[in-house]
This record gives sequence, structure tokens and C-alpha cells, in this order.
Amino acid sequence: MIPKPHGGRLVNRVAKGKRREALLEEAGELPSIEISYERLIDLLDIAYGAFSPLEGFLLQEDYLHVLYDMRLSNDLPWTIPVVLDADPDEIADVKEGDDIALKHNDETYAVMRVEEIYGWDKKEYARQVYKTTDPEHPGVAKTYRRKELLIGGEIDFIGEFRHPLENRILWPIETRVLFREKKWRTIVAFQTRNVPHRGHEYVQKAALTFTDGLLIHPLIGWKKPGDYRDEVIFAAYEALVKYYYPKNVVVLAGLLMNMNYAGPREAIHHAIVRKNFGATHFIVGRDHAGVGDYYGPYEAWEIFDEFPDLGITPLFIREAFYCRKCGGMVNEKICPHGEEYRVKISGTKIRKMIREGKIPPEYMMRPEVAKVILSFNDPFVH
Amino acid sequence: MSEEKVKIEITLPKKLYEKLVEEGREAGFDDINSFIIYVLEQLIETSGGEEISEEEEEKIKERLRALGYID
Repeated sequence: MIPKPHGGRLVNRVAKGKRREALLEEAGELPSIEISYERLIDLLDIAYGAFSPLEGFLLQEDYLHVLYDMRLSNDLPWTIPVVLDADPDEIADVKEGDDIALKHNDETYAVMRVEEIYGWDKKEYARQVYKTTDPEHPGVAKTYRRKELLIGGEIDFIGEFRHPLENRILWPIETRVLFREKKWRTIVAFQTRNVPHRGHEYVQKAALTFTDGLLIHPLIGWKKPGDYRDEVIFAAYEALVKYYYPKNVVVLAGLLMNMNYAGPREAIHHAIVRKNFGATHFIVGRDHAGVGDYYGPYEAWEIFDEFPDLGITPLFIREAFYCRKCGGMVNEKICPHGEEYRVKISGTKIRKMIREGKIPPEYMMRPEVAKVILSFNDPFVH
Repeated sequence: MSEEKVKIEITLPKKLYEKLVEEGREAGFDDINSFIIYVLEQLIETSGGEEISEEEEEKIKERLRALGYID
């Protein structure tokens, strides 16, 4: 059965019809602040319910609960603070209780009721969320670049968002309707920011063996240099699904959401968001949402012990490798053979081969997938 | 902002109660009260929670059809 959204109700803060017209008119008269593209993405995730039960950017009480307890102040699990930062100068004339317009590139996207303005300690944020204060960590570096104050309050989305991949992006209400149409009762979601190799395919198919459907859910949003571009990931997955998956068991849809590289905390966040999209199960990878060696390989699995009340079932499927003795893709739980028979599927190796214009061996990546990736002049983010 | 709670008395078969205590402990709950709340929430929190009209649902289906997600 499709689970209820996190907190029980799917949030919808997208103003429509006359209400939108009135808010648009009001926004023209309001003080405004310019928000970054990443905050615009947060705004969309709040407005369209991906971040249910959040109705806006966090107030201080919730912020501190999330930071230290990994729960909202009503005890609901929530691990990544969703906060809006602002410069003291740009909000000098704004006081608590005011409405402001949120703009990006001078275009108005939302009206926000400023319920609270408060300070934050970015180093403490980094320590709690990323478990490091090292500015080399991409999430920490982003945190340090943020502005000095936080503004909390509910938002109403009134803008028109355009994206080159907008026809590949589905929002929670859409996937929920889609799963009902497909009569799926159990749905496993797979988070990715990579092109698929044989290890990914193995994990997805292992999960699909005992669920009705698979939601392949690539993140569209900020990624670090060296990651694959969004359109490359989509094209690669389209090839994989076309040639190697049965019809009607897979939904490939983009998720517009920022990547934080916050390891274990982000694994929980990813699971909660997928629950909002209607998934019943969520595949948690080894070193899920990790970067470098900031997190232990299985930390993102262990953290789920602290959240028995998440409302979505995590699936911990071990990393797959090719075993020459077994003659196929396996994992350490089902393969008795030694290291000498095991060939690890390395994303780094595949990336290197793609950079050199080479097709990786078939045990690493399906040739149809590799050809699609190589058909792009430059598949990587810079 | 803790949710308001009410205190009620219910009678459970002893074996069921013992089973709940055991299951709750194994699932990592500190007390039986939290575990029973969780179990009841899980029972109620399946399906629903979306407030859309038939017209809105039809619009969504149209988009899904146009994008090739449904026939």
C-alpha cells in the first residue's frame, strides 16, 4: 500500500487561480530578497510536497531540533535542516511578521511570511550535519559560503519554473497518482547521481524481485565537478531500461533536489523524501551520499537503527561484483569465492574509460549504455 | 510544539501485551507506549494524505499520458 506522506499530509504550497493572482500583485509591493538557485530548488521541494511536512523554511526551534536530535520539534524524523539564509543588510528593513518576496535572477517565485529571523553557527552546522568542519568537504564549503542570518516561515509558490529537463521531473502527487494507476502496492526507490553500471542494475533487480515496481530517481540539481551531467544520466538509464528491464515495472523520473554529500544524515533524508513520492522501500547504498572518506562505508546503514518510526523500509543490499567462478554478478553474502575470482565494478575506473572515449567491458557496463554516454561530447559537470 | 496527548485505559490480552513489549524492544523502542503509538500510526498511515480534486487528478493523468508514463 502506498504510504501516507511524512507527517500524514502531502504539502501543497503552490498558489493557484485567484489566490496566485492576488499574491503576485502583493509581491510587487513587498520587499524582496534574491535567493540562490539551490534555495530555489528547496523552495520547489517544499511547495510541491517533496519535503512534506515542511510548509516553509525552518524556524529556530525546529532548526535546533533537526541539528541536534535529527527530528522536528514534534518528534518527526528529519535530518537535514532546510533553511533560508540572508545578509543582514538585505533584510535590514524586514521584521518578524512581514511578508517578503523571494526572487531568483530578479524573477519572483514566492511570497514568504517572515515568522522568525535568527542567527546560526555555520561551523556547528557543519559539525552536526556533515560530521566535519573541513572546508574541503563540498557540503561544508557550501555551508561556509552561505549568508549570516536565517529566515524562517511559510511560503507560497507563485512563480513559473522552467527547466531543460522539466518533462522528466515528476512531483510527489504525480508519482502517487502514477503508482495507483499502475496498481503497484510496493515500490522500491533507487537514488542516483550516476550513470548505471552492472552493479547498480544488480541491486535494482534484486530489490525489484520482491516489489511491484522500481522508481529510478536521479537527482537533478547541484552536483560537484566530475559528476555526470543530468541529461547524460537520463539518456543512459533510458537505454538500460529499454534493453534490460521488463515493460511496466520501472518508472524513471527526475527528482529536483540538492545533493549535500552529508552521508548518513542524507540517507535518512533521501528515504523520507522517497516516502513522500509514494515509495514503500528505499535502497540504501554503501557509503550512501558520501564523499571522500568522511563517512564509514556502512554508517549510512547503521543510522537507520535510530529511526524505527521512519515509515519507509530501507533495503541494505550489499555492493555487487562480478565473480568469475560464479559466472555472474553477485555480492559477498551469496558468493563463497575468494578475492582472486572477484572483479569489482569501479565507478572511478568507468569514468576514466569514458573520459578516454573507451567502452568499458560488458561485465562493468552494458554496451548500449556506454554508447549512449559516449555519444555526448562532454558527459561531465565542470 | 509537542503534540497534545490523551490518557486512555485499554485492556489487552496478556500474551499480546508481552509480545508487544518484546517486539518493541527488538525494534529499538525505549518504552511500550511509543511502540504502540508507532504501530497504530503505521496502521492508519497507509494510503491517502493527498488533497486533490477529481479534476486535478485527471490533469495529472493527462500529463503522465503525454509524457509516456501511462497508456
